[in-house]
Amino acid sequence: MKRRKLVSVASIAVLFCMLAVSAQAKTLVFCSEGSPEGFTPALYTAGTTFDASSRQIFDKLSMFERGTTKIVPGLATSWDISPDGTVYTFHLRKGVKFHTTSYFKPTRDFNADDVIFSFWRQHDKNHPYHKVSGGTYEYYAGMSMPSLIKSIEKKDDYTVVFTLTKPNAPFIANMAMDFASIHSAEYANKMLVAKTPEEFDQKPIGTGPFVFVSYQKDSTIRFQAFDKYWAGKAKIDKLVFSITPDASVRYAKLKAGEAHLMPYPNPADLAAMKKDPNINLMEQEGLNVGYLAFNTKKEPFTNVKVRQALSIAINKNAILEAVFQGAGKVAKNPIPPTIWSYNDAVKDYEYNVAAAKKLLAEAGFANGFETDIWAMPVQRPYNPNAKRMAEMIQEDWSKIGVKAKIISYEWGEYLKRSMAGEHTSLLLGWTGDNGDPDNFLAVLLGCDAVGGSNRAQWCYKPFDDLIMKATQVSDQAERTKLYQQAQVAFKEQAPWVTIAHSVVFKPMSKKVVDFKIDPFGGHVFYGVDLKE
Amino acid sequence: MVQFFFRRFFHVFPAFIGVTLLTFSLIHLIPGDPVELRAGERGIDPARHAEIKAEMGLDKPLYIQYFRYISNVFKGDLGKSYVTKKPIIEEFFTLFPATLELSFCAMIFAALFGLPAGIIAGVKRGTPFDHTIMAVSLTGYSMPIFWWGLLMILFFSVFLGWTPVSGRLSALYWIEPDTGFMLIDTLMSDEPGAFKSALSHLILPSIVLGTIPLAVIARMTRSSMLEVLKEDYVRTAKAKGLSDRRVILVHALRNAMIPVITVIGLQTGVLLAGAILTETIFAWPGVGKWILESISRRDYPAIQGGILIIATLIIFVNLGVDVLYGIINPRIRYTS
Repeated sequence: MKRRKLVSVASIAVLFCMLAVSAQAKTLVFCSEGSPEGFTPALYTAGTTFDASSRQIFDKLSMFERGTTKIVPGLATSWDISPDGTVYTFHLRKGVKFHTTSYFKPTRDFNADDVIFSFWRQHDKNHPYHKVSGGTYEYYAGMSMPSLIKSIEKKDDYTVVFTLTKPNAPFIANMAMDFASIHSAEYANKMLVAKTPEEFDQKPIGTGPFVFVSYQKDSTIRFQAFDKYWAGKAKIDKLVFSITPDASVRYAKLKAGEAHLMPYPNPADLAAMKKDPNINLMEQEGLNVGYLAFNTKKEPFTNVKVRQALSIAINKNAILEAVFQGAGKVAKNPIPPTIWSYNDAVKDYEYNVAAAKKLLAEAGFANGFETDIWAMPVQRPYNPNAKRMAEMIQEDWSKIGVKAKIISYEWGEYLKRSMAGEHTSLLLGWTGDNGDPDNFLAVLLGCDAVGGSNRAQWCYKPFDDLIMKATQVSDQAERTKLYQQAQVAFKEQAPWVTIAHSVVFKPMSKKVVDFKIDPFGGHVFYGVDLKE
Repeated sequence: MVQFFFRRFFHVFPAFIGVTLLTFSLIHLIPGDPVELRAGERGIDPARHAEIKAEMGLDKPLYIQYFRYISNVFKGDLGKSYVTKKPIIEEFFTLFPATLELSFCAMIFAALFGLPAGIIAGVKRGTPFDHTIMAVSLTGYSMPIFWWGLLMILFFSVFLGWTPVSGRLSALYWIEPDTGFMLIDTLMSDEPGAFKSALSHLILPSIVLGTIPLAVIARMTRSSMLEVLKEDYVRTAKAKGLSDRRVILVHALRNAMIPVITVIGLQTGVLLAGAILTETIFAWPGVGKWILESISRRDYPAIQGGILIIATLIIFVNLGVDVLYGIINPRIRYTS
């Protein structure tokens, strides 16, 4: 009798424990690399800030399907584009709730006013929120929105009409970017009436899958899953960002079980991570390109043959091994393979010293010449060690008689001087913003960008015509064809030596389920689960 | 004593002005423009660039910028961060408790082990005790902090699993800071285990940060003790038949403490400003790391304001040390 009692007590205890375990909140700890600048994405430009704001707290009209660059409906369920490509009508999702927190309780659902507020704050210099928190809206300006958007009108509560000054096919992709996050106009008004508009940017209210709970500067950010999220509650209950700037320490935290996922591992730790039975190391090509640009306005790089000869003379595989230590792939096009319209048929210049010499002689430089290579002073995902890369290129070029001097400036100075075209050749790169080929080809190689981000100072009419035409048509198949032709023209003219696309590694605990690497370099935790 | 205090206090002003001038000119000497750095590869339209610079007040000549800055400082306004757009004073004082807590614990660790080690080495001069203590302290002094910190993490946190890797509190505890001092905040919260977690997070960073001061204190105490032990009054005390313990702890140590206190004072200043590396390794949200990041972002108000506050604090710590001398040694009070 006594034994039976004991057994039943024990089984109740076991059952209770099981229940307690299953009821235990699932907390995912992300060991992030730095502190966010703030929580209103439109005010800032850093990916670290977007991870902590737009990618968890906010939604946009259109969104990127998780882990891809594919556009899917977000807060807008659909959109119509006028035949001339200048009027975009967005049909908004009904029944979307804003977060309820200790500092704000919404009285209404999301509607057209919120869309107009979110864009007009950035657009209109007289908007009461324009100057709040020292707003400069770099991304909005950087994506040419001030000159592109003519007006935004509310047709009814659930229909918003954007009128553009000219057709712009990447517009829908731009609407999925972080700066286009939708805020609550009601909350903004409340803060304005309370005379604390700055609070609006520090204590965010969005419609996204996670509710902001607290931020301890340089230490921890806490989020809670939003149970009324329109697409369904997140699988994890709590999300914690544990800010850890040093990569070795992040790795130590992951190994010690204090964090579930970390970004930006040290390349030197990758081999050990691959062997670790508790760590799952995911990898994917990054949405970036590292290149060497010739200043096509300066002699002798005005000559296509010289550019081609110098391209052939570079041993890219050796660079990949030495500089990227396996965390990179050779680039042949100016856009990464993860972007639609990537032209795989393009043939890269193959490393061949004899052919390079011959080509250089044909161009009239049989004895070579002297030139400069500018090397960036900073580490970037597309180029982890520009100085080493420059040294390797210098050595390769010396084999065909080209003597190059390596030059470097402080980063800000480097960007400014190269924009002004002071260099003869330089190393730089680019990370994509919206997954649209236009974001690489027009921004980096278009005639309009000469004197700006077009570091090759390259304005080639046949190429420019193709990419300009591609922004005017909205049919993706047609755009793909145009961009593919543009990539062929680019390769022939060789204004750059395309060097590499980096490979992004994400080490995570084996408990993390269904994490997808974001091609934009961000970290999205909606849809991620934790195994017991 | 009061007169002595005020005399010392008036020395502080030129030092204060010097600090503002020095930080201001030094950071403007570093090439780099905060607006361009933020724009990065994307670049920025020159008109917009000029507009933003004007909004930040960076379009004016440097001497005007300096006078504007210094007049604001006297009004108690250190400006707003270019990056977070928040007031510098608010930013600094949310982070400062973390630095203070860590520096305090590191100093306690250093003094707790450094003083006895120095006394033993001084009293037992030439013995294996002395040699071992001196060799260990020299090693501690020469240890590169970054390497030392990582080594400690790998051994104690990853290999043995005794201490947490980094941060101030386990991610499982959701405690809102009241005072900013994690030990106090966790003690006041009703979450069981939080205080223990906060304490365990302090162990490794305190040891790493306290290693150099420990070595300095030990060496200083030793040499100071050696000098004092040769003094006549020590011999007299011994001749009177006092116990060794009383001679060392009462007669010798009190006199040997003066240079040691100077060192502790100076080292405290070093800790407040020099915790940069320790804070970076242990992801400790303090002011050292914040200033370092501000330099790379050319966040001028943050660098100027942060350094100014720290310099002022160091000036006051040293003022405190000066006053403490006067209390310990009346001769200083009357002669200076």
